Amino acid sequence: MSTSKFKIIAEEQSQPLTFNFSSENLTKAKKIIKMYPSNFKESSIMPLLSIAQAQNHGWLPKKAIEYVSNFIEVPEIKVLEIATFYSMYNLSPVGKFHIEVCTTTPCMLRGSDPMLDLCKKKFGLEIGGITEDGLFSLGRVECLGACVNAPVVKINENYYEDLDSESLNKLLDGLKMNKKVKIGPQSKRKGSEPVK
Amino acid sequence: MKKENIIFSNLYGKHDESIKGALKRGDWKNISKILKLDKQDIINKIKDSGLRGRGGAGFSTGMKWDFMPKISGRQHYLVINADEGEPGTCKDRDIIRNEPHKLVEGCLISGYAIGADKCYIYIRGEFYNEAKILQTAIDDAYSKGFLGKNIFGLKINFDIYIHYGSGAYVCGEETALIESLEGKKGQPRLKPPFPANVGVFGKPTTVNNVETIAVVPTILRRGPEWFSKLGRKNNTGSKIFCISGQVNKPCNVEEELGVPLKYLIQKYAGDVIGGWDNLLAVIPGGSSVPLLPKSECENVLMDFDSLKNAGSGLGTGGIIVMNKQTDVVSAIARLAEFYKHESCGQCTPCREGTGWLMRVMKRLENNECSLEEVQMLEEVTHQIEGHTICALGDAAAWPIQGLLKHFKKDILQRIQKKNVA
Repeated sequence: MSTSKFKIIAEEQSQPLTFNFSSENLTKAKKIIKMYPSNFKESSIMPLLSIAQAQNHGWLPKKAIEYVSNFIEVPEIKVLEIATFYSMYNLSPVGKFHIEVCTTTPCMLRGSDPMLDLCKKKFGLEIGGITEDGLFSLGRVECLGACVNAPVVKINENYYEDLDSESLNKLLDGLKMNKKVKIGPQSKRKGSEPVK
Repeated sequence: MKKENIIFSNLYGKHDESIKGALKRGDWKNISKILKLDKQDIINKIKDSGLRGRGGAGFSTGMKWDFMPKISGRQHYLVINADEGEPGTCKDRDIIRNEPHKLVEGCLISGYAIGADKCYIYIRGEFYNEAKILQTAIDDAYSKGFLGKNIFGLKINFDIYIHYGSGAYVCGEETALIESLEGKKGQPRLKPPFPANVGVFGKPTTVNNVETIAVVPTILRRGPEWFSKLGRKNNTGSKIFCISGQVNKPCNVEEELGVPLKYLIQKYAGDVIGGWDNLLAVIPGGSSVPLLPKSECENVLMDFDSLKNAGSGLGTGGIIVMNKQTDVVSAIARLAEFYKHESCGQCTPCREGTGWLMRVMKRLENNECSLEEVQMLEEVTHQIEGHTICALGDAAAWPIQGLLKHFKKDILQRIQKKNVA
């Protein structure tokens, strides 16, 4: 079970009053429903929650859960059950840049703990925290599946690999200043090839 | 291995991964000829090739396909397990982003062989960018007429859908994956019934790993004999190995099964940091298999049977290397934390046991353990192992059993030192 702070349902003052799919997402959602047999409406819950979360800046408000349940006509509890079981759904607000540091053994062996400490110190955050300006939030995740490019950090939907203190610092500064940053390995190699 | 035998020639993404590049590399070549083969003929060819599942369990792929009902009159499904999350493993990601057409083509052929006209690729939600590349490959295959209705006028219909996971390791277990695809919590099912009879949406289903399916087209094109000549008896073919941890050049590499572990680490990964003599231990097949101490690593071969005989397993081929500067207790404690986090909570021995293991391992790491607790730790692993619906319980127990088997002396010394101090 995930014990991330982002899995705790946000307090009332953070909850938006309404949630509706954007017209673009409405088209996507209708297409998603057609992927599964008509008597298995529940299959759409996961993909619909994913697009709802993307639309709502990386987290799922209560209204979004209610909306998805009405949209496919399944009980709200079934949607909430999925939203709490799977670790990628956040139930409280995350930063514009949601940093997730992988700390499982292959990353740990290549120095992921110092990467996590760097993030903590840089923003004065603990795991589960969010900066006051709402720009950065910090989480710790289990294996991201890019072990030969460890240490790895995931920020929103992108992986940043082969990190060290210098490159991570540079990356976070770049994001803060809204610069375009390099996705993937921060070293000179391509993908998972051995360094020359 | 010889260059001409390499299946994944674009493993590192140095060439064009789009359909144009894929066609140039020989993907989709004579696909209509393959689809004209009899279904059973394809299954037999895969059996003859000796292909064993690349997802961890190593079960014969042809045999798995043969379990599917032949004349059922029911809808059949092919489900691809792309929920790669075993610590130490990152091979499917490379296939999806750099060789997506091998996977898509493999889906079509395998689906045809098992009588399925619908395929779901269950990809882990974190692989967002990789899934986008895969979707493009699928769309391109549709526009070329490789997928869709009445393919090549052969009355074969085939549709592929991508389903995103959302961060649950346990969904890599095939029945948990099926539950998840049905929109439920990823909690494994009791078997029987097996997925081949009652799988996703209650219909006959085969679940295969990405790498398994992606090698199918090449096997059929070059012939089962070619594939079975690679590797060793009962452990045929090539495989992508992921070498991570304390090596100079961590990387993915395709090699024949049965390649010596030492050769892999030295030739491709630039040796252990500090040299081979600085090696402490290796986890040879993803976090779920017991570690091997250096003495075992000298001569062990990387295949299903050799590693089983050495008291470990090939698993996914994720090789995690630890050198003498590593605190092996912390490394395994971190894995205990992983399994505690990923336990689905269905079976009591696993739900409670993984938490227990994590806490004792933490104490051991911090030197707060007594001798009795070490004994108890071992007992608890045996109380979890084999007492749960799926293998996650076993997977949580084995790394600790491996640690206690090979490093007990060091652990006891650690505790005694503390007592003296």
